[in-house]
Amino acid sequence: MSAAQKYVPGEHPDLKPPLGQTGLLFWLRTNFFSSTFNVVLTLVTLYFLYLILPPMFNWLFVDSAFVADSRVHCRELGTGACWGFIEKRFGQFTYGFYPLEERWRVNLTFLLFVIATLPVLWDNMPGRRSFLWFSLVFPFVAAWLLLGGFGLETVDTDQFGGFMLTMVIGVTGIVFSLPLGILLALGRQSNLHFIRWLCTGFIEFFRGVPLITLLFVASTMLNYFLPPGTSFDLLLRVLIMVTLFSAAYIAEVVRGGLQAIPKGQHEAADAMGLKYWASMRLVVLPQALKISIPGIVNTFIGLFKDSTLVVIIGLLDPLGIGRASLSDSKWQGLSTEVYVFIALFFFACCFSMSRYSIYLENKLNTGHRN
Amino acid sequence: MNTLSKFAVSAAAAALLVANTSTAGTLDDTRAAGELKCGISTGVPGFAFTSDAGDWQGFDPAVCQAVAAAIFGDTSKVKYTTTTGKTRFTALASGEVDMLARNTTWTFSRDTDLKLDFVGVNYYDGQGFMAPADLGVGSAKELDGASVCIQTGTTTELNLADFFRVNGISYEAVPIETNDEARTNYEAGRCDVYTTDASGLAATRSSFDDPSAHVLMPEIISKEPLGPLVRHGDSEWADIVRWTLNALITAEELGVTSENVDKMATGTDNPEINRLLGSEGDLGAMIGLDKAWAWRAIKAVGNYGEIFDKYIGKDTPIGLERGLNAQWTDGGLLYSPPFR
Amino acid sequence: MATTIDMRGPPKSGFSIGKIWTDKKSRGVIVQVIAMAIFCAVVFYLANNVVENFQKLGKPFGFDFLEQESNYDINQTLISYNSQSSHGRAAVVGILNTLLVAFCGIILATILGFILGVLRLSPNWLVNKLAYCYIEFVRNVPVLVHILLVHGIMVHSLPHPKQAINVADSFFLSNRGFYMPQPVFQPLFWLVVAAFVFGLIYAFWYRRAARIKQAATGEQSPVFWVMLASIIGLPILAFLLTGLPIEWQDPVQGKFNLKGGMAIKPEFMALWLALSLYTAAFIAEIVRSGIMAVDKGQSEAALALGLPRKRTMNLVVIPQALRVIIPPLTSQYLNITKNSSLAIAIGYMDIVATIGGISLNQTGREMECMIIVLGLYLFFSITISMIMNWYNNRIALVER
Repeated sequence: MSAAQKYVPGEHPDLKPPLGQTGLLFWLRTNFFSSTFNVVLTLVTLYFLYLILPPMFNWLFVDSAFVADSRVHCRELGTGACWGFIEKRFGQFTYGFYPLEERWRVNLTFLLFVIATLPVLWDNMPGRRSFLWFSLVFPFVAAWLLLGGFGLETVDTDQFGGFMLTMVIGVTGIVFSLPLGILLALGRQSNLHFIRWLCTGFIEFFRGVPLITLLFVASTMLNYFLPPGTSFDLLLRVLIMVTLFSAAYIAEVVRGGLQAIPKGQHEAADAMGLKYWASMRLVVLPQALKISIPGIVNTFIGLFKDSTLVVIIGLLDPLGIGRASLSDSKWQGLSTEVYVFIALFFFACCFSMSRYSIYLENKLNTGHRN
Repeated sequence: MNTLSKFAVSAAAAALLVANTSTAGTLDDTRAAGELKCGISTGVPGFAFTSDAGDWQGFDPAVCQAVAAAIFGDTSKVKYTTTTGKTRFTALASGEVDMLARNTTWTFSRDTDLKLDFVGVNYYDGQGFMAPADLGVGSAKELDGASVCIQTGTTTELNLADFFRVNGISYEAVPIETNDEARTNYEAGRCDVYTTDASGLAATRSSFDDPSAHVLMPEIISKEPLGPLVRHGDSEWADIVRWTLNALITAEELGVTSENVDKMATGTDNPEINRLLGSEGDLGAMIGLDKAWAWRAIKAVGNYGEIFDKYIGKDTPIGLERGLNAQWTDGGLLYSPPFR
Repeated sequence: MATTIDMRGPPKSGFSIGKIWTDKKSRGVIVQVIAMAIFCAVVFYLANNVVENFQKLGKPFGFDFLEQESNYDINQTLISYNSQSSHGRAAVVGILNTLLVAFCGIILATILGFILGVLRLSPNWLVNKLAYCYIEFVRNVPVLVHILLVHGIMVHSLPHPKQAINVADSFFLSNRGFYMPQPVFQPLFWLVVAAFVFGLIYAFWYRRAARIKQAATGEQSPVFWVMLASIIGLPILAFLLTGLPIEWQDPVQGKFNLKGGMAIKPEFMALWLALSLYTAAFIAEIVRSGIMAVDKGQSEAALALGLPRKRTMNLVVIPQALRVIIPPLTSQYLNITKNSSLAIAIGYMDIVATIGGISLNQTGREMECMIIVLGLYLFFSITISMIMNWYNNRIALVER
């Protein structure tokens, strides 16, 4: 009591929290052992981790063979994973059958892709406007680089494969489905009955059926819808299906954004004498799209993951490359390694994208509150 | 409005990318494209697989390579399209590929109802069973109540259903899409028996750590003549594929190999070899190719026996015997019509 | 949307071609007519191509092949089926298998998802972070890879039937599936069923009567116990009185497999588990955000009113959280149903594997088979949407 009188009121120094309310012990106690139930939970979890983690670690790293010439060689080196297989086939997993001497084009395309996405994702980028123009042109540059022609050696789409194919399907899908999805969303909100009916039907159809059945349609049926004797590339058919499929999902995301725009905005735009397209372009869409971006990123993650389904119709995505490689009698029987490797790749890509989407959501949230 | 733009987009895409209206023959189209469009499987050990370098190899792609060599003189001018059991016939019928060299069984309905033409047989196969030796099963008829792994999308499941029905025994079918997964399931003990074409069984057996721990049953429950096929309606094209295959078979019969073909092409005292290799007569012109077509095919991929030995023969991990696939002179079924 | 106020004053009299376009109403009509014309033209063009292609290939179109013999076997069927059954029956088997895995998946994913969502909010750091790692890992890996991995692990790590994990000689777990005793019903069993139905009806009648009574007099009745007694107690009583009219047939070791009993195949288990684990991760996030969306003041207010903690949860927090949870949950349920089509990768015979797979392959009727498959999935999706919308409307905030 006497110590308290030494200070002038209001000048009391901050005292340390009482002992036992801070430090490691406190943190442990509140987080792990705050109640009997919690103690049990902690112990069970720890035991569970003890069961799972060491064998997993051993399989992945300790007993595994990182360099090997065949499965038999791997087994001689250790009982764990045979990463030598992945290492030997890494080029195939990445580029598919893209010609060896042309692989720089894939690398360059990827580099340009990063440059093209930067201004879209990064608000405060210096010179963003001019870079955005590049982003618009990028799909065409990418198509030229990957397919060739006009001075580059042509590479057929059947040589696309591996992670590169995944990227092609994912990026093409999102680039083309975005405008289509926006149009569909607007169509679904339209006052014109026939157009609303048409767009709703389209969206509900593509959202109602699994992607794999659409891919079967692309691979077995689509040719019947073309004039007799014509056919076009399987990858292109798949891309069209994937684009239509994700456009339906994007349309729903954008519709959510459109519905979040207060009616006053529409009315204000009308009051300004803006016509429909002008009011959409200048007033409604910029706001609606901004709040839809996290949803669009999530759709893209979904699309990216779904691109693995093309293996079922015989395209050589990473799973397909794994399948074809495992038919080499030197390497038969290493499917777990392939699945784990592919799982890790997708995790790395999708996790970073979903982090970005969460960051955006938080940023937009604060924007609304202010 | 969006319908309009959608239509415009799709029309533009179609205008840009819709390929060849095949009014000309398939040979002319192939020449114009500069490559042979060949459909193969997604992977069967020995029969189709990718090498470490990343190109397609195997018993089936070799047929594509031979045809490409006959037309272009270059085995690399093949555009491989991987097809699954489900997509293969559509791919061929729609013109996505011009020939299928994929373990496809020649059956009546495929040849007629599906409007396809089988041009020959490059492997005589039959469906068999494999089981672990310690199971102590000597015959497929003792398999009452067993779990059987089958590869789907083939005639295998039909043969199997028939076999078990005729013999009045029950089984559990475990349908699996690819050979590799079937192998994995069998090895893990998901099923007691693995059934597929005998060649596939041998290939799979060879890949186990201890092949002698697995036995093949004596029963072969079906006839599976596997061969390349083309679309109905272009007989000239069918002739090219058929006779390229026959040239490879005849070459083995006559002792022409990729090594001695150059020497023999200068002329021998066997008129059939001379006709085959173009030093006598002009058989090539009759199928729209030049004199040296067969010489190029044999030079590039070797004769039938060489291909067999390279990918699936005794000295490979697959280790298949010639058996039915020996020349007729050696007691097998390979019997190419004469070149004259 | 845009209102029809014309800012340029009343229309001028007189007619001009340009006016048709500037007038909003007529322009709408024109645009729709053009759209309809293009739509019809495209549909006609595609249909025409289909007809021409079919004629050129000499293919018939029709669903008569559904009556042909299918010639293949299916290992897990809910209705009787063998290789002499028709393709149509194979399709029905596939539909039932799809529905089965979708239904079980929805239930398990919901339970797991709610548990994970709550664990994610747990104050226990370890549990919280572990749930976080699990959710993030599972969400960001393609579901196809999950299915293949789970199936691979299950087939590899479970024992062979000869060494099956045996519980009380009745339940066996091996890599050939989970075997359990099969009930064989004796003739008198119908009495038990009748008792159950009667108990159910009585329970609901009693609950209604109790509510009316409570509304009128304020008196509470022991609803829970009476319902429990009539729904569960009555059938048990009937079961005992009729002399246990049920026998269990245990699975026994056969030469190759366990024989008898009921079996759940590993393909089903793998697909079911993989779909549930995958979707549970999404549901967990939905549940977490749903619970967090309920303002803390709500539960504080309820506690201040003297409601017990459990009732606060049941009557205040959960109803409000559900409002946020239900719409995204619906789309997850739809996703499970649609993702069940990946069964084809591991050989579970669902609708895509039967009618859209082997039947399609054997008959070469791509168009017909795909129409059936697409139509059925649309039907499933619309049905689930309708059920969930109905439920959503029921729990939605009633604004007065």
